[in-house]
Amino acid sequence: MKRQLPLAMVFIFGFLMIIQYFIPHEYSEWVNAFLMDWMMIIGVFALALGLWSLTRVSWDKVRQKKPNWGYSIVTLAGLFLMMFFGFDYFRHFSTAVGSDNYMYIHFYRHIVIPIQATMFSLLAFFIASAAYRAFRARSLLATLLLVAALVIMLRFNPFLGPLQPIMEEFSVWLLNVPNLAAKRAIVIGVGLGMVATALKVILGIERAYLGKD
Amino acid sequence: MDRSRRISLIIFAGIIILFILSWIIKSTTLLNVGTESLLSIRDAFFITFAAFLTLAIFSFLYKDNPYYKFAEHLFVGVSAAYWMCVGFWSTFVGNFIPKVSTTLSNFFEVPPKEFDIFYFIPLILGLMLLMRLSPKGGWLSRWSLAFIVGTTAGLNLIRYLRTDFITQVSNTFIPLLVDWNGIGPFFSDFSLSASGQFVMTLGNWVIFIGVFSGLIYFFFSKEHKGFFGHASRVGIWVLMITFGASFGYTVMGRVSLLVGRLTFLFKDWLGLIS
Repeated sequence: MKRQLPLAMVFIFGFLMIIQYFIPHEYSEWVNAFLMDWMMIIGVFALALGLWSLTRVSWDKVRQKKPNWGYSIVTLAGLFLMMFFGFDYFRHFSTAVGSDNYMYIHFYRHIVIPIQATMFSLLAFFIASAAYRAFRARSLLATLLLVAALVIMLRFNPFLGPLQPIMEEFSVWLLNVPNLAAKRAIVIGVGLGMVATALKVILGIERAYLGKD
Repeated sequence: MDRSRRISLIIFAGIIILFILSWIIKSTTLLNVGTESLLSIRDAFFITFAAFLTLAIFSFLYKDNPYYKFAEHLFVGVSAAYWMCVGFWSTFVGNFIPKVSTTLSNFFEVPPKEFDIFYFIPLILGLMLLMRLSPKGGWLSRWSLAFIVGTTAGLNLIRYLRTDFITQVSNTFIPLLVDWNGIGPFFSDFSLSASGQFVMTLGNWVIFIGVFSGLIYFFFSKEHKGFFGHASRVGIWVLMITFGASFGYTVMGRVSLLVGRLTFLFKDWLGLIS
């Protein structure tokens, strides 16, 4: 019951999703749409589980006064404030219902977006220092890497003058031909790997998701 | 109080003063452009706070510090709640409630749909997933997990087989001589333009050989020696071009994000550029 039934469920639902693709019938489409909807609904519960886990971990840190516990208060404050505004149905602070709440939108625009964008933009600095170390044309392979990266980075550079249209055309060719070829080889490998993994899961060979006991 | 703690407190006090000053100046600026007083104070606070968070994240370039940690932890809490609310309003209220209850649909002001008893199954599976929190009933969550894993595995098997394997292989088998009318016309109409016969033919050869040599590079069941070794060497050349192009793309993307953040700081916050 604890292990066999989940394994049977994985097999049945996995097989069902494979079979429905080969049956071009409205019932088959109905099954597909239904299962997709179900997954999304269960996903909301998974989100709730994640939220509970975050709250418990942060609260334990605060309660036991572990190192840097003060930052967990920040996490909890951000979490509960955003939840309060996001679930605000009674329009205390809102101009509309739920996710149209003014504070909810502004928390997203002025907290989530700036932090996320800045964190990603930080990589520009780290990538520059990595490039300084990696981009030395010491071998043919390093030279190929360097040339490809330079062509892509300089293609819209207005200071190239008459070379700019040539560079642009060459970069398009580089992206559409050699880049495509290698990407295709990688994608074929990934595809085969995914198919093998999915088969292992459906047939019950891969059972790590069940956990222990 | 030791010296380093005193310095930290002075920096903190300085940041607070700068924050308040910036807030006041921004509110005044917004008031001058005709925004309502309460709104200008609120908007000014948000803009100043976003600028503070941006600078807090940038401060990591110097070293890990409390301001960076503050922004990082705030992000974790706020974004977790954001996605929970998005999931609740778009999926639970938008997709689930209308199909199971007219009363709840009216409460949430969403148009009710035809009652569908099958939608109680994901509700039960979802509740079973929450049983993971119970020490005794934790095993029940495996059922909903099994549903998700099984459905996703079946879906991925077909999807990856179609798009990542069959389509890619089929697109690799392309004519190696494009618009071929003989050797004479080939040389008489020779051109280096991207749509010319020579460049198109060369491109198809590069794709064909590139894909095969790339695949050979990733094939580790046979030692890379002789012909296999040469092909694998060509494979790594093509792969290096791709990695270079991806690197270039990533740099461009990150730099454009950086430009976006600097534009926010100098335009929206400080108003130095119009």
